[in-house]
Amino acid sequence: MIALLVRDLRLALRAGGGFGLGLAFFLILTVLVPFSVGPQSTLLSTIAPGVLWLGALLACLLSLDRLLALDYEDGTLDVLATAPLPLEAALAVKGVAHWITTGLPLVVAAPALGVLLNLPAQGYGWLVVSLALGTPALSMIGTFGAALTVGIKRGGLLLSLLVLPLYVPTLIFGAEAARRGAVGMSVETPLILLAGISLGCVALLPFAAAAALRMTIR
Amino acid sequence: MSIWEYANPVRFLALSAKVQPYAWGLAAVGIVVGLVWGFFGTPDDFRQGSTVKIIYLHVPSAWIAINAWIMMLVASLIWLVRRHHVSALAAKAAAPVGLVMTVIGLLTGAIWGQPMWGTWWAWDPRLTSFLILFLFYLGYIALWAAIDDPDTAADLTSVLCLVGSVFALMSRYAVLFWSQGLHQGASLSLDKEENISDVFWLPLVICIAGFTLLFLALVLYRTGTEIALRRARALTARQERVA
Repeated sequence: MIALLVRDLRLALRAGGGFGLGLAFFLILTVLVPFSVGPQSTLLSTIAPGVLWLGALLACLLSLDRLLALDYEDGTLDVLATAPLPLEAALAVKGVAHWITTGLPLVVAAPALGVLLNLPAQGYGWLVVSLALGTPALSMIGTFGAALTVGIKRGGLLLSLLVLPLYVPTLIFGAEAARRGAVGMSVETPLILLAGISLGCVALLPFAAAAALRMTIR
Repeated sequence: MSIWEYANPVRFLALSAKVQPYAWGLAAVGIVVGLVWGFFGTPDDFRQGSTVKIIYLHVPSAWIAINAWIMMLVASLIWLVRRHHVSALAAKAAAPVGLVMTVIGLLTGAIWGQPMWGTWWAWDPRLTSFLILFLFYLGYIALWAAIDDPDTAADLTSVLCLVGSVFALMSRYAVLFWSQGLHQGASLSLDKEENISDVFWLPLVICIAGFTLLFLALVLYRTGTEIALRRARALTARQERVA
């Protein structure tokens, strides 16, 4: 499992583009928002938590296409499916690798971009916490979506369509936690629910993803 | 004699052919009687005026939209566990009907909401979860359409339906965080006394029964079409092998 994780991380680092693409997209979105809604600082600080969460989610979505497709094309997935390691575990590792290469950088970068959107000072901590709790769910849901669409040619847009409604609860609770943190309200309820979603996704979705993948490469 | 015998397409089609005329007929009677009674036979609401009458389209379509997904969930489970092809095809056949009902529910809701709330759309929990249901239907139908092999398509859409149901339920509670609640509570319920007024109640129930029968008839009809398509596909494949 660790070997697989290291391999995936190395590939993401060396293949170029994949690793920084999400971050670049996050930066682009955040920079464009003040141009589109106007640069009033009060307005920006109101919408900052939601925009940052949305940016993180879309950046995550952007990289899902590559999550399994390359391994499917070169036959690695067939090897993984017949390997002694259960396919569920392999897909969980894939999800973790995706989170480390996409989710984690977003969590780290979010405060820096918060400055651009005039996020209130008390909001930074909760933004980071909510993203750190929520992005694992995004990665696992994405792994499931990628497993569903991996056998389909040009499945990228379909993948986005399938994953979009699944992302809704995570986005609602994540953005709500960040927003409440920014205005100084109590954040416990959305944070607990967010953590619950993430834990549930990490615990259950590898099984669904493995089932879907087995049906494709049968 | 058990219900599983109808997993045989021939038996299913025979039963379906017997049931369908009644389903179509009763659906037509129910919808016509319910709508005519509802539109012309009930008084205007004292606050909402005549706009209240859109309820006879809005509530039944919303009812079908939600229950069609539940029916698809059950059919998907049967396919995954017992691999009865009719079940998978019934789920496939129900999806577009559910999608159309969702759209009718959203549209009539918007038309009703405009004069009542002064807005076509609000990010109210009920409205939002319905929009998410709409997205689920879109994704489900798109996934069916995208996969060539019918068995793989049935497998993958079933898994999507299962996982989607969990997330649809979760979204339903997640969107409660927008607790503005413009939408009124349930119009009908069995255990509460808060039903709508008696004058509106009976035509509404007739409408819902009519829509449910219409859904049944449409799903039976469309499942028959899907079975015919599968047969045509098998015949073509056999011919190609021989040639």
